[in-house]
Amino acid sequence: MSATSPTDTGIDLDDVSPPKGTVWNKSERRKITMDGLWHNNPGLVQLLGLCPLLAVTGNLINGLGLGIATIITLTVSNIIIAFTRNWVRKEIRIPYYVLVIASIVTMIDLSMNAITPELHSVLGIFIPLIVTNCLIIGRAEAFASKNTIKRAALDGFMMGLGFTLVLIALGAIREIIGSGTLFADASLMFGDIAKDWYIKPFEEYQGFLLAILPPGAFLVMGFLIAMKNVVDKKLKS
Amino acid sequence: MKFKTKTSPFLNSSQNINSVMLQVLLALIPGTLTLMYFFGTGILLNVIISIVFAVSLETLALIIRKRPLLPFLSDLSAIVTAWLFALTLPPLMPWWIIFVGIFFAIIIAKHLYGGLGYNPFNPAMVGFAVLIVSFPFEMSQWVHPRTFGDLGAYDFSLMEKLSFIFGNQKPAWDAITMATPLDEVKTGLRAGTDFSSVMKESSYLQTLSQNTWLWSSLAFMLGGIWLLYKKVIQWQIPVALLGTLFLLSAVFYLFSADSFASPLFHITSGATILGAFFIATDPVSASTTPVGKLIYGASIGFFIYIIRVWGNYPDAIAFAVLIMNMAVPMIDYYTQPRVFGHKPSFFSSGATQRKQDKKL
Repeated sequence: MSATSPTDTGIDLDDVSPPKGTVWNKSERRKITMDGLWHNNPGLVQLLGLCPLLAVTGNLINGLGLGIATIITLTVSNIIIAFTRNWVRKEIRIPYYVLVIASIVTMIDLSMNAITPELHSVLGIFIPLIVTNCLIIGRAEAFASKNTIKRAALDGFMMGLGFTLVLIALGAIREIIGSGTLFADASLMFGDIAKDWYIKPFEEYQGFLLAILPPGAFLVMGFLIAMKNVVDKKLKS
Repeated sequence: MKFKTKTSPFLNSSQNINSVMLQVLLALIPGTLTLMYFFGTGILLNVIISIVFAVSLETLALIIRKRPLLPFLSDLSAIVTAWLFALTLPPLMPWWIIFVGIFFAIIIAKHLYGGLGYNPFNPAMVGFAVLIVSFPFEMSQWVHPRTFGDLGAYDFSLMEKLSFIFGNQKPAWDAITMATPLDEVKTGLRAGTDFSSVMKESSYLQTLSQNTWLWSSLAFMLGGIWLLYKKVIQWQIPVALLGTLFLLSAVFYLFSADSFASPLFHITSGATILGAFFIATDPVSASTTPVGKLIYGASIGFFIYIIRVWGNYPDAIAFAVLIMNMAVPMIDYYTQPRVFGHKPSFFSSGATQRKQDKKL
């Protein structure tokens, strides 16, 4: 049997490249980053975590607040799950993931309550609900459980960042169209200095209520996805 | 000698989109004129502005979608949509609100889904629903009808009306507008007053519902019956819709005549007749099978009553029609008529067909 032909089991004995999921070089890092931010963006492509995405993005600051909470949850949960991936039996992995994610979210929920109580009360139930965000358990199952800690951490951060960018874009568009303002309530997050950030581009604009209501969230989201597809098509040709 | 071979269909209907739309427009004229008599030329201005916006946006959408302009513009569908949409607006609407409504009707509800024939939702009602959700204040400013002489908005000159529509000037809404009967009765009933004294106490409400809206409804019904006679629409949807609404309101009215409005009030108020004959019968977004049409119309009547009585919006036609638009594919699937010579029964043909498909 020649060295190059594959064996019956499909394993190439001469293949000495490291197993998939442990490579840590520049092109891999770039690939993970681009996947999170664009090609496999959780908001625009995977359409995961739509419930908080559509529900809290009535204005930019709410979106940003939930986005940061999601970034932290996703990064930390990916690190812990990648760290323990070899010790957790396959049969109990889902309850285990939920337990890990729930503890992290509880910590974030309590910290936000202590640091930014106003923002916490605005986001309300959607902070604890990060536990049920399919994006986080999805990345745990699809990526963190098969990759090294470094890769998982990068993936968690980039996926979280991609999600946050969509939240910010959606929040900004809905806020501008819906109430004609930008950075309203920024002081909830950044303290009193942020009170002057408030922008009202058109003084007489009286607002378009639909954009703030749930149908507006779906419409703007649809347009964002369509725009991404247009850009992808342009890049391809 | 040359023999021509032809493929089916051998009998062509004399009706095409163009003539159907033209007949709908003609049928709308008596109702529109009656509304104009009561509410002044503001109604006509709404219609004209809506049509101008609709045709411009339709042209724009066709250019962007690289479709031929003439055949699509001359099918008059944009004008019908705009006209129906305009009839739902109170007179003297600011132009930009009309623009937003028409934009949602033509661009979002119609062309984003693929243009005429592909829109799952009734475009005019999408435009109306967007406006009633977003601008509830402006959408409820119905001016006093002619029945109340000196207060009516038809007293303004044309220039004044145009400045209300296009300028920053606002009429003194409180002085010239009033609640519609549906609103007034709902508020009264919710406050615990019984129906007969709501009607008796306010003499204007009595005149309004027994005069203005009754006559407008009759005028729209005239147009609707002409459409039935011309076979542009079928009887199933209007009859099922009005019948269900009548039965449902009659049951509740007989159950407690104090806390529910009378069936006649429900039939003649608001946009019931316009909705039954012109809006629910939209050939694209309505059900297409005979039994399906009955189910579709009856469900709309059912939802109209539910939303009117227990909902918070002034009228319910738009929401009822939009809800049932979503159910049309399923209704059509389960009500396919029996093909001649096939066994399956009328009602279960879709399901039986599927079973047969599985066996094969």
